[in-house]
Amino acid sequence: MDAFTTHTGRAVPLRRSNVDTDQIIPAVWLKQVSRTGFDKGLFSAWREDPGFVLNQPAHQGASILVSGPDFGTGSSREHAVWALQQYGFRVVIAARFGDIFRNNSTKMGLLPVVLPAETVEALQTAVEADPALEVTVDLGERQVRWGGEAAGFEIDDYTRWRLMEGLDDIGLTLRNADDIAVYENGRQPWLPTTV
Amino acid sequence: MGRTLAEKVWEQHVVRRAEGEPDLLYIDLHLVHEVTSPQAFDGLRMAGRKVRRPDLTIATEDHNVPTLVGPITDPVSKTQVETLRKNCAEFGVRLHPMGDAGQGVVHIIGPQFGLTQPGMTIVCGDSHTSTHGAFGGIAFGIGTSEVEHVLATQTLPAYRPKTMAIEVSGELPDGVTAKDLILAIIAKIGTGGGQGYIVEYRGEAIRKLSMEGRMTVCNMSIEAGARAGMIAPDETTFAYLKGRPHAPSGDAWDAAVEYWKSLATDEDAVFDTVVEIDASTLTPFVTWGTNPGQGAPLGTAVPDPEATDDPAAARRALEYMGLTPGTPLREVAVDTVFVGSCTNGRLEDLRAAAEVLRGRRVVTRTLIVPGSMLVKLQAEQEGLHEVFKAAGAEWREAGCSMCLGMNPDTLAPGERSASTSNRNFEGRQGKGGRTHLVSPAVAAATAVTGKLTAPADLA
Repeated sequence: MDAFTTHTGRAVPLRRSNVDTDQIIPAVWLKQVSRTGFDKGLFSAWREDPGFVLNQPAHQGASILVSGPDFGTGSSREHAVWALQQYGFRVVIAARFGDIFRNNSTKMGLLPVVLPAETVEALQTAVEADPALEVTVDLGERQVRWGGEAAGFEIDDYTRWRLMEGLDDIGLTLRNADDIAVYENGRQPWLPTTV
Repeated sequence: MGRTLAEKVWEQHVVRRAEGEPDLLYIDLHLVHEVTSPQAFDGLRMAGRKVRRPDLTIATEDHNVPTLVGPITDPVSKTQVETLRKNCAEFGVRLHPMGDAGQGVVHIIGPQFGLTQPGMTIVCGDSHTSTHGAFGGIAFGIGTSEVEHVLATQTLPAYRPKTMAIEVSGELPDGVTAKDLILAIIAKIGTGGGQGYIVEYRGEAIRKLSMEGRMTVCNMSIEAGARAGMIAPDETTFAYLKGRPHAPSGDAWDAAVEYWKSLATDEDAVFDTVVEIDASTLTPFVTWGTNPGQGAPLGTAVPDPEATDDPAAARRALEYMGLTPGTPLREVAVDTVFVGSCTNGRLEDLRAAAEVLRGRRVVTRTLIVPGSMLVKLQAEQEGLHEVFKAAGAEWREAGCSMCLGMNPDTLAPGERSASTSNRNFEGRQGKGGRTHLVSPAVAAATAVTGKLTAPADLA
């Protein structure tokens, strides 16, 4: 995956709660067997409404999505992350995330940033007032900065390191292949196999 | 201090623990289907990796398959299913394709084969993997990157979630089912209430549930935000498992049962959070909105958005659903009824629907979709299909079907369903479709009257 250190860009305020992954990428798009081509599917039902925030000219080219709470609930489809990235988003900011979505994001280098609900709203309001506002998300400092404001966020050291280095999880795990082999030899004898 | 069920199962599976890193967790069973796996197999190929333990991996075709007899006509769906077949052949993974007697929804076939057992870690690229926790294991959904990781290493790096106990005291009244219970739980704690937790469902009402009811409850843990839900194994669990094709037998069975009995949460264990529910106060429950937490007892009315926790979301949901505050839920007319899915597509669910439909006629389009080909066979051996057909319902082949409409079974824009599935998200069952989540019994009664109805309402 691509490394993530610091990103500066414009933001889009999405004032909705419970933005489930079926909205982010409807199931009809999941039939593809490739990893590409999902940008058109991003919020495809909502984007049919000309008034939807992503359709507003002022927000074109934005790379930071600022959403209401419980973003990415529901289905485990990683396609939701791919769609956001392929549309151009590098960061999603919300007060709460669905656990699987958040996990999938960190595997792909899309940064999920948790900020308190009132901070998210303040940022949304600031972006609505000035869509050209530059927002900086600094993973090294664990900080979001905009227009003289700054808000810290938490992320565990390990995930932060992996994101900043752009490391492949499988490669990291395979360094411990010996541990896996030792564990396998000690598994309970009655555990089932599929053969 | 004692340990919880979740802590015991987790500790048993830690391959490697190091300061400042997530635990490396061994995975006992990896379930695979056609939708979330193609890019993972591609990743293996590009890196020159193989499947580490094909003998702990099993695949089925479920999301895309048509439920009318015949080939897949959608070329994109067809390609996806054919890709799974090619991948399973290349990497040596057992597959149950369409038409096979073992085919079915991924979360139905694991338990059915006896592959889902207490104390195991089970993953699948599907959020409803939480279903398998009903047997007392840790089972959770993963994304495609993690599917590739498990294929390559049979492990996952993960931090242990916090523990939540949902204590369900009392007994469920007659006519109130596991589905009503879990819908009530989600309405109580919200769609984010379980985020960061493994939930253990406990208490008298849970102990009295069948394995099928327990699977329904654990299945929807993700709808409350919890990645996993689990129930301690007991005699009900052992009786369900005994004799199944992949369950242990002979001395191995005795050793396994002894171990399984040791998994229950210790008396002095402490959960990070405890939620209490009195089952005896519950009644049939339905959803009125566009997330599974927007639900209410069937005997109530469409709520006033201003009286809800999230008025903006409720207003938006009611607009999408075409509902007016104050309308009794029993007055809501539906066009289509769907009985099936990994939530409610097992034999007991079909029996509950058949009991209501026996000797009655449906007035809505009614799809009855068994969760697996074995469930279909068993239902037919009991004559349930004849009950459904006589009532005017459609008896279909096994698959995910209208739960998410990746196959031809969808709602038209504006069409309203009563559905035994797990998600009432906007467009979930077809673009513009409106979904009310219900139990199989309520679904069947609704099919008879054309409005949201409980069996007790029928004359």
